[in-house]
Amino acid sequence: MGSAERAGADAGAGAGAAAGRTGAAASAAGPATGGGGLRARLRTQVGALALDIALAVPAGRCVALAGPSGAGKTTVLRALAGLLTPAEGRIDCGGDTWLDRDRGIALAPERRGCGYLFQDYALFGHLSVWRNVAYGLRELPRRERRARALALLERFGVAALADRRPGGLSGGERQRVALARALAPRPRALLLDEPLSALDARSRGRAARELARLLAELEVPALLVTHDFAEAALLGDEVAVLDGGRIVQRGTAAELAARPASGFVADFTGAAVLTGQVRAGGAQDAAGAPTVIALDGGGEVRSTDAGEGAVAVSVHPWEVALEPPGAPAGGSASNRLAAEVVSVTAVGNRVRVGLALPQPLTAEVTEASVARLELAPGARVLAVWKAAATRVTPR
Amino acid sequence: MSRARRLWFPALLFAALAVAAAFLVLPVLAIFLQTSPGRLLDSLGDASAREALRLSLVTTAIAIAVVVVVGTPAAYLLSTRRFRGRALLATLLELPLVLPPAVAGIGLLAALGPQGLLGGLLDELGIALVLQTAGVVVALVFVSAPFHLRAAQSAFAAVDRRWLEASRTLGAGEARTFARVAVPAALPGLAAGLALAWGRALGEFGATLMFAGSFRGITQTVPLAIYDRFATDFDGALALSAVLVAVSAALLLSVKLLARDGALDGLR
Repeated sequence: MGSAERAGADAGAGAGAAAGRTGAAASAAGPATGGGGLRARLRTQVGALALDIALAVPAGRCVALAGPSGAGKTTVLRALAGLLTPAEGRIDCGGDTWLDRDRGIALAPERRGCGYLFQDYALFGHLSVWRNVAYGLRELPRRERRARALALLERFGVAALADRRPGGLSGGERQRVALARALAPRPRALLLDEPLSALDARSRGRAARELARLLAELEVPALLVTHDFAEAALLGDEVAVLDGGRIVQRGTAAELAARPASGFVADFTGAAVLTGQVRAGGAQDAAGAPTVIALDGGGEVRSTDAGEGAVAVSVHPWEVALEPPGAPAGGSASNRLAAEVVSVTAVGNRVRVGLALPQPLTAEVTEASVARLELAPGARVLAVWKAAATRVTPR
Repeated sequence: MSRARRLWFPALLFAALAVAAAFLVLPVLAIFLQTSPGRLLDSLGDASAREALRLSLVTTAIAIAVVVVVGTPAAYLLSTRRFRGRALLATLLELPLVLPPAVAGIGLLAALGPQGLLGGLLDELGIALVLQTAGVVVALVFVSAPFHLRAAQSAFAAVDRRWLEASRTLGAGEARTFARVAVPAALPGLAAGLALAWGRALGEFGATLMFAGSFRGITQTVPLAIYDRFATDFDGALALSAVLVAVSAALLLSVKLLARDGALDGLR
């Protein structure tokens, strides 16, 4: 459906999918707002959190706003939806201004047409599933509402639940009903607050894939909030890392993992983060000698990144290989550190091995290597990885 | 030995409940045990008793309608908005709960009586309350409203705030959110408040007596009629009491049954 519209939006041609609601105001917005997309600049204080962000989401794209709890993720969504009015800022969507504190504009939530998927889905417990979905269809004649709600439920594979109450549904079913409800009024932007966190581990994988497909088909801007980098990487076309009310880095998930701007981002992308001091080769001299970092607590690490002074060193678990102690050096891996195994945890067909350098480090290895190296807590091993897989960020 | 040691606390709990139940149920039971069915029917045949019963039902119904129509949105505001002095205001609104009925009656006279604060204004508007049926309604509203206000506030406070927010993001304004989400979701609690307030209004005696007096057919509700007979016709008072207990119990029971989850689906 609507691939032409999507192409139009991608080309910046106009409000595409957003037309229909209050499109008349489109001419009032300057060229800065961009066609069809969501653009926001927010500054506000909520309790101890000082939120100060600017972000833009093109139509048909999904930006994942990722960060730890307390970073201000949900506050951003609430401000966009109009459930919270920031002290300063401006929000434009599809050519309409939703908020402009300087001009005293603050549209009520019901006039923004913003689909909002709440963390626990917030389905109305006193209404049946189809009435939940039909709740936002007030513009339709009464007779057509049920048919439209059923069609949406059908699309999400939960039409059989139409007459049930939300109280009796599983987490996955609730999530689909909530998505159907949020999309029913044809929102001009979709906001998703931790869409998978209320699901158990078993249904999460499938729900994530379905959601990724839905987001790919969506013609309006989508902003998704998550505390989980893997989820952000799967669902977001782009990931913005939020910490302490500010966006500290944004880019594709691959970019963030490969070139984290800080130890915080590296840690967030799932890398193990070690602290240390640069000892030599700080500016990465012409000869291309690697930077040598002395780790706090002992050990030495080499990296192809430049750095000086106190730094954070990060490496992803899948880059770290384990060898028996005293194994001869070979290959291109220039980091070889003696470590003690602290924990061995199977995750799917991989095994996560917690190590003490003494600083904590995680390696992800195969079941075969666990057996070969007889890995168990207390065992001594060599943790081996390449200088090129080692990121150095200021601390 | 160890078994006795384990059981002493549950036994204590059961004993406490048995004492409470016996003490609270006995007087109510006694009313029915001391009244023969024939006497009960006789008292219903009595014109003054029928008048009192009719007056009680009409005045409490009007009073409860006023309490629900005004009190429900007021309670919603109190439980969903944070503003300066909110806690103080909520406490002031509950004050009539702890006022002795006689004090409530004096207060109503001082405010709305002929010599009261608003007496002159009411007189100019041609509104007479004292010694009138309208005065009974005023007294009933005053003493029963706090029960509904309190129950409605906690009922609204228990509604998931995100339901209200979800309703807004789905295009419903504040009024529609109130009518379609907040009230239906809080309905069991609201009904409990209504039942409490109605029960209190049916039993109201002191404030009505002081503010509206006790005139047959005009202001003499069932509790006043019971008191009127008590000195001269104890059996008659007893029979009328039985009627009042039965009516109150039937009202409370039907409201509770209606409010049980699912029973009001037709209204949603």
